[in-house]
Amino acid sequence: MTAEQAAAAPLKRTSLYEQHRALGARMVEFGGWEMPLQYSSILEEHRAVRTRAGLFDVSHMGEFQVEGPEALPFLQYLVPNDVGRLAINQALYTTLCLPTGGVIDDLLVYRLEAERYMVVVNAANIAKDLAWFQEQARRFSGLQITDRSQATALLALQGPEAQAILQPLASVDLATIRYYRCLPGSVAGLACLISRTGYTGEDGFELYCEAEQAPMLWERLLAAGKERGLVPAGLGARDTLRLEAGYCLYGHELTEQTNPLEAGLAWTVKFEKGDFIGREALLRVREQGPARKLMGLEMVERRVPRGGYTIYDSDTGGESGSSGANERAIGVVTSGAPSPTLNKSIGMGYVEAARAIPEHLVQVEIGDRRLAARLVTLPFYKRRK
Amino acid sequence: MASLNHPADLKYSKTDEWVRVQGDQATIGITDYAQDQLGDVVYVEIPLTPGQQIGRDQKFGDIESVKATSELVAPVSGEVLQINELLKDHPELVNEQPYGDGWMLVVKLSNPAELNDLMTAEQYIAYLEGR
Repeated sequence: MTAEQAAAAPLKRTSLYEQHRALGARMVEFGGWEMPLQYSSILEEHRAVRTRAGLFDVSHMGEFQVEGPEALPFLQYLVPNDVGRLAINQALYTTLCLPTGGVIDDLLVYRLEAERYMVVVNAANIAKDLAWFQEQARRFSGLQITDRSQATALLALQGPEAQAILQPLASVDLATIRYYRCLPGSVAGLACLISRTGYTGEDGFELYCEAEQAPMLWERLLAAGKERGLVPAGLGARDTLRLEAGYCLYGHELTEQTNPLEAGLAWTVKFEKGDFIGREALLRVREQGPARKLMGLEMVERRVPRGGYTIYDSDTGGESGSSGANERAIGVVTSGAPSPTLNKSIGMGYVEAARAIPEHLVQVEIGDRRLAARLVTLPFYKRRK
Repeated sequence: MASLNHPADLKYSKTDEWVRVQGDQATIGITDYAQDQLGDVVYVEIPLTPGQQIGRDQKFGDIESVKATSELVAPVSGEVLQINELLKDHPELVNEQPYGDGWMLVVKLSNPAELNDLMTAEQYIAYLEGR
């Protein structure tokens, strides 16, 4: 139980830092940022989002604006998903790949105007992604790429009560905003891009606003949602919620050494749309089939699988604690947590393709023991619509 | 840290366990600071049986919170007399009552002199502030 050491570089803070402190949040380092891990308890905040609503500060995320007559061909070349199918005020999820097919980052791309897009990137990857965008932009002309990360705040209001809480404050009819759509408007009189997206597996909205207006927006939302059980929620709950929903987290399920096909993101790779960076490498992966696949893990016992733990094959029918000579390493855990919704320990991990069979029993090495787990398809949790 | 509680009648280890001494017996648990750092405790595993010997600084179990797994370290040596079976179904007791029903182990001290190496509450609080 050793205290986490502060990183050498000073941590960045969002414009809501004072709000987090006032709410008694436990702050932690995440991707170079000092962010709220939890306000009350991860479990309480998790349950609030599943049953009522939670408000997250995710202003650490980066926002790039890509504008110009060649914005679309540029983005089409940059990412494997088909940006060409986006209507105005529509978003998509995609990876950003190296020529090797390895994942530089995972992104949301919003089409805001005919020739203006917003790309949302992970906090820890802002500098890396921006450099990559600028390098690739040289092949195109008339492109304007602007890093709007500092000036932009992002609040995520998530949970079954999200729409009911937000509607009285919103300038637009939220029922008209479908999943992965957005509308410019205002909330509590503050200009926002209102997006029906999220990272929790629940219905909800993400609100992009000017950083200096975020404290007011945060306060107004918390006050308006109080009666419906809205609570502030931290990165701890965000992680357990996304894990149940089967969403990848960059640095865990996605790295430059993983490709989108093995990560279960084949639906975001559109080979038919034309050339894009990584296409050839990913075509080869598709032809040969991925060598390993991202799978869900459900522990039979209560111990929690954590990122980095080794997954072994189970020739013994999955009996915990045994260690026969025939067992061999077939994979590695990438994320894990106790699941409040399933009331069991769950995880995700990469498993050799030949062994990546749902209901297949495996063993996860935890300390000096190997404990039985069942491979399952993702997600663990899907909300009732 | 102001709201955390570290009672004066207990002894404390650098690995954040507490010891309550009654005669030749010691009850062991983790401190309020430790449970607060861990956050929601979801599982406590103590693979010991009464009669077993544990040594000072030896690992005696694992504690799982939502975000991390931590080792439990014995602050004193002794013979295991009792393990808190209540924690199997109610790990949250470690958060709710770290010095009460959240206790973990009772041992019969095999070397009471080891107690002198543990910290008083005052020393432990100073130790936490320096961390």
